[in-house]
Amino acid sequence: MAETVTVKVTVNGVEHEARVEPRMLLVHFLRDELDMTGTHIGCDTTNCGACTVLVDGVPMKSCTMFAVQADGHDLTTVEGLGDNGGLEPIQEGFHQEHGLQCGFCTPGMMLVSKALLAENPDPSEAEIRRAISGNLCRCTGYQNIVKSVQYAAKKIRTGSAESTVGGGAS
Amino acid sequence: MIPAAFDYHAPTSLDEALSLLAAHGDEAKVLAGGQSLIPMMRFRLAEPGVLVDLNHIEGMAGVTEEDGHLWIGALTRHAEVERSDLVRKRYPLLHEAASVIADPIVRNRGTVAGSLVHADPAGDWGAVMLACGAELEVHGPDGQRMVPIDELFVTTFMTSLSPGDIVTGIKLPIAGKRSGGAYEKLERKVGDFATVAVAARLELDDDGVCSAAGIGLTAVGATNLRAQDAEKALIGKKPDEAAIDAASRAAAEAASPTADNRGSVEYKRDMVRVLSARALRRAAAHAGGEG
Ligand SMILES: Cc1cc2nc3c(=O)[nH]c(=O)nc-3n(C[C@H](O)[C@H](O)[C@H](O)COP(=O)(O)OP(=O)(O)OC[C@H]3O[C@@H](n4cnc5c(N)ncnc54)[C@H](O)[C@@H]3O)c2cc1C
Ligand code: FES
Ligand code: FES
Repeated sequence: MAETVTVKVTVNGVEHEARVEPRMLLVHFLRDELDMTGTHIGCDTTNCGACTVLVDGVPMKSCTMFAVQADGHDLTTVEGLGDNGGLEPIQEGFHQEHGLQCGFCTPGMMLVSKALLAENPDPSEAEIRRAISGNLCRCTGYQNIVKSVQYAAKKIRTGSAESTVGGGAS
Repeated sequence: MIPAAFDYHAPTSLDEALSLLAAHGDEAKVLAGGQSLIPMMRFRLAEPGVLVDLNHIEGMAGVTEEDGHLWIGALTRHAEVERSDLVRKRYPLLHEAASVIADPIVRNRGTVAGSLVHADPAGDWGAVMLACGAELEVHGPDGQRMVPIDELFVTTFMTSLSPGDIVTGIKLPIAGKRSGGAYEKLERKVGDFATVAVAARLELDDDGVCSAAGIGLTAVGATNLRAQDAEKALIGKKPDEAAIDAASRAAAEAASPTADNRGSVEYKRDMVRVLSARALRRAAAHAGGEG
């Protein structure tokens, strides 16, 4: 077996340290070493984006990076969204606009959207679709995901947003 | 799936990286963006015993104009090219290609040089660099040398570089006063490799006559191809419809596609013609100041 290496990362503001084999993928490190299973594995081919995390604010596919490469970096996973027990705008958007069905793609979708809105608080529909184009959803048909991001953008810009779903979300 | 075990090194200087490669020979591989190598390692199509990660070496990324050429550092990510204002304004071919490689998340990590060394004939940068007449700056056991792009690709996934070599950057001719370019990629969906793609670059003189032309093809051969006869059909002529039509037909002749689930040989060859014409029209418009 190859020599193990020390990995020290900040995940959602908390420092973690572990010794792992260099071949351990970042997604396995998060799920198996840190027991943070919000980051999903949806494919073997770097295609689906379910494993997306933010590395220093930038979306990366954690199945296509070794854990050791995250050493010294600042990660955000889906578990890091929301504050004080409440939902942050992007989560509220997915809730209000029915942006998910099975929820498998949702962690990745929310993280790429968060990165988009941090850079561009008022994206066009085309810009939103482009930003989420590395993330596959097998359920929603994307329509409501786009609306969820629009909801979050509005909420961030103006402090409030209205759901477009009739009857209100329960 | 899980890659085979390897020893990991993260050198902080080029010299250190070169010594590591020299010490480990064939066993070692360079790791850049990892967006081709890690998938191959997961499938155990690659099982390097040693990985030399370049990501800790300072100063290997960035796109700049200097000393009469455009310089793209080896570790420059696809997304960095896509977002560069300099590239958007002066190098439309590079901007357009960067914007359609893989998907936005892969583009945040994958690098230009890694893509060239991977030598996938369906890779987009190879065609672009052939059209531009780029050169790679390579450091190896015997020092530094420049490798013209025409001498890089040997066959699918194989280049003329040696295991101990590291590409440090790519040098392109600077955009002239009246130059233009375009990238036309046919893909089934976002994130897919090209069914066919064409890179075109034109330089016009003061009379609007083509003084230089570059045409590179993606996914229609064992390597990215340069359509030299198509280039010749343009040089010394005004890029009007007749010249573009002749060049596009020559480009289709230069292609040697194989049939797969993306299309038949006939279809792909004809798409080379169609995409070449589109790319050349846009490149000409851009060079003529209309873009
Ligand atoms: C889902 C998906 C879709 C994709 N779609 C496309 C696409 O449409 N078009 C396209 O062009 N590409 C596509 N790619 C590939 C992507 O562009 C990769 O980023 C690129 O092929 C390799 O670059 P890298 O930096 O990730 O290299 P790595 O994976 O790190 O390395 C690739 C190879 O190059 C060698 N290498 C890397 N850097 C150097 C260097 N500086 N000197 C010497 N050797 C080096 C490595 O040893 C390895 O053999 C796709 C990838 C994925 C996962
Ligand atoms: S698990 Fe599918 S892209 Fe990472
Ligand atoms: S909600 Fe099921 S995959 Fe997107």
